[in-house]
Amino acid sequence: MIIAQRKNIPDLLAIVKDHKKLLVLGCGTCVTVCLAGGVREVSIIASALRMSAKLKGLPLEVEELTIERQCDNVFLEQAADAIKRNDAVLSLGCGAGVQAIAERYTNKPVYAGLDTAFIGILEERGVWTEKCAACGACVLHEYGGICPVTRCAKHMLNGPCSGSREDRCEVNPERQCAWQLIYKRLKDIGQLDRLKKIKPPKNWNRSQSGGYRTIIREDHRV
Amino acid sequence: MKQENFEPKILAFCCHYCAYSSADLAGSMRIQYPPNVRIIRTPCTGRLETEYFMKALENGADGVLVAGCLEGGCHFVEGNLCAKRRVNYTREILEEIGMEKERLRMVNVSAAMARPLADTIIDMVETVRKLGPSPIRQNGSLKK
Ligand code: SF4
Ligand code: SF4
Repeated sequence: MIIAQRKNIPDLLAIVKDHKKLLVLGCGTCVTVCLAGGVREVSIIASALRMSAKLKGLPLEVEELTIERQCDNVFLEQAADAIKRNDAVLSLGCGAGVQAIAERYTNKPVYAGLDTAFIGILEERGVWTEKCAACGACVLHEYGGICPVTRCAKHMLNGPCSGSREDRCEVNPERQCAWQLIYKRLKDIGQLDRLKKIKPPKNWNRSQSGGYRTIIREDHRV
Repeated sequence: MKQENFEPKILAFCCHYCAYSSADLAGSMRIQYPPNVRIIRTPCTGRLETEYFMKALENGADGVLVAGCLEGGCHFVEGNLCAKRRVNYTREILEEIGMEKERLRMVNVSAAMARPLADTIIDMVETVRKLGPSPIRQNGSLKK
């Protein structure tokens, strides 16, 4: 799931201050689950913006709406009227949601209300951790399902780096050494021999080197 | 609004299992507390979300008091601890907005603590009286 967090209110107000009518648009998918951009966060941020604008004497009207998914045209249509009747949109979707609106509503300013952070999971209540860097060529099968690209501070494919202390990473002792986890996990599933093979350098062509990436599925095209 | 005749309007979210009963007890015991508070009974302070506090303040409450059970004594185990975190989070947002965070406060009382609850209400009313009317209600001019 995509994990994001809100920008602070002074920054948001600075972004939208020149508009009179603003739509704060939430998204009911990933950012709802990570408590950054769902119905409730829309309500909180809209209230905060209205109050903040009032205190600064700015004439800002704020409308609230949350749709099921911002990065999908079918759902985005449900926001069409609200987008049209406002001067600008503050999207609480991830970066994809914001851009989906910008592409579809060419004359309407749209701003990101969140900082989209990573692909991760809920670790415990209120704690999210990054698990995948979307490198485009997954190597998890080699490492017992623990991603060295994302979770090792040095992205080492042939680790560990020899700097780890106990199970802690030398770069940040608050983090677990990914390679300690990989070793333990491979041992637990009886695949330690995978570590005997030196892995060649990763093919980064499928990552973010040549601009944005696309996936085309001919079998699904019309 | 003139500062001299300003009577703060304070919304008090009181948990059914403690603060609400204790406000009731204060009545039975003839303990006086200022009429500035409007009490809303809630099943548990854990039911209260950040947006409730925001909406109350946005709609012009001069102060919001959240009164839950003593820590460790929540009828629903940890509802009051959830409320405490949400109150703290809301106070952070108020600071970002530029509004005095003292306008929102949480207290913990038991159903038998009528006197301490009354004292808290008196203290809250005085705190808010000093801060003055909500700058939101005053049409946006932030008090200097
Ligand atoms: S190897 Fe790449 S795709 Fe697989 S989990 Fe790691 S970053 Fe994500
Ligand atoms: S200590 Fe472990 S996680 Fe940290 S950089 Fe070295 S191998 Fe990677």
